[in-house]
Amino acid sequence: MSQTKKELLVDPLVDNNPITLQVLGICSALAVTSSLQVAFVMALAVTFVTAFASMFISILRNQIPGSIRIIVQMVIIASLVILVDQILKAYAFQISKTLSVFVGLIITNCIVMGRAEAFAMKNPPMASFIDGVGNGLGYGLILLLVGFIRELFGSGSLFGVTILQTVNNGGWYVPNGLLLLPPSAFFVIGLLIWAFRTWKPKQVEEREYKIQQVEAH
Amino acid sequence: MEGLISLAVKAVFVENLALSFFLGMCTFIAVSKKISTALGLGISVMVVQAITVPTNNLLLTYLLKPGALAWAGFPDVDLTFLGLISYIGVIAAMVQILEMVLDKYFPPLYNALGIFLPLITVNCAILGGSLFMVERDYNFAEAATYGLSSGFGWALAITAMAGVREKLKYSDIPDGLQGLGITFITAGLMAMAFMSFSGVKL
Repeated sequence: MSQTKKELLVDPLVDNNPITLQVLGICSALAVTSSLQVAFVMALAVTFVTAFASMFISILRNQIPGSIRIIVQMVIIASLVILVDQILKAYAFQISKTLSVFVGLIITNCIVMGRAEAFAMKNPPMASFIDGVGNGLGYGLILLLVGFIRELFGSGSLFGVTILQTVNNGGWYVPNGLLLLPPSAFFVIGLLIWAFRTWKPKQVEEREYKIQQVEAH
Repeated sequence: MEGLISLAVKAVFVENLALSFFLGMCTFIAVSKKISTALGLGISVMVVQAITVPTNNLLLTYLLKPGALAWAGFPDVDLTFLGLISYIGVIAAMVQILEMVLDKYFPPLYNALGIFLPLITVNCAILGGSLFMVERDYNFAEAATYGLSSGFGWALAITAMAGVREKLKYSDIPDGLQGLGITFITAGLMAMAFMSFSGVKL
């Protein structure tokens, strides 16, 4: 592997972001971003699970027989998720209650599994760990951006603290209820991808069909 | 019987896993470029879903529920905390078997689905189906119906999406929005359309 450790960490943030480029981990990105606090805890949990799952799988990579690798990987990931779930229940019960379903769904977050398959199975433990942290952070970055937009304009607050006084509470801001509904997450992520790709034109996908200008007769 | 039919219709349209609960989105977005591949993946999800939901139902009833181990002489044992790991174990095993079968008997389909076949394991729709089965306390017949019909609903959604995208590739889309970006916006519009089903009562 020719990439340095710093590249492994920074690369997934923008240049090779798991959500906007690799199309992984979208389900939870849609579900938990209606408030910033939940998105933040979720991002931390996913980073933790991805990093340690990649490390353990990489340590075991030469012992895992190819035909049953998925089961071995799932057992490692599921154990880590149960660990995160128990820690959240013990120290942040209120947040764990709001997150409950989504913590379980980290098991099925494609980022964890995708990095295990694509990177940890072929690379040494330290590099895999850093790759896991980088991808977790890249995921977290998008999650926080989407959460920021949805909470600020959907309910006029950030981390539960009122920023824009809504009309219902005697203020001036009329909250956009659509942003609290799940379909809005699609639009916000779609537009974010547009912004990212305008900034980094290299990421623009090739057109399958070119449109040709035809001269009018 | 009538109850089962209404359950099936509900699982396909009103509570569509992909478009009302946003489960299985990663594969939904990534493999919906061509109708044929989308259909292949949809069918494999349907098969896996139809097998795993009833299997997990049996597992829950006879091994995990509080008091479920009474037949083995342990009436006080409650193993529900092992739920997540056992469901995912069943799912992973089923996917691995499906992968081997496809590799041996249908190589073109195996090549087309490529990296996404292992990712069926982490398809939230599959685990989500089993978790809904547990949450709603379905019996075996209901679990079998729910597994098949929710898988069918997912297959329907991804095939429709692929149909839209096949037409979409001829359109003049801004460069940055090309590909993934416009797919998200399309999915958002489809999701809004499916939200209108949520008012339907059966």
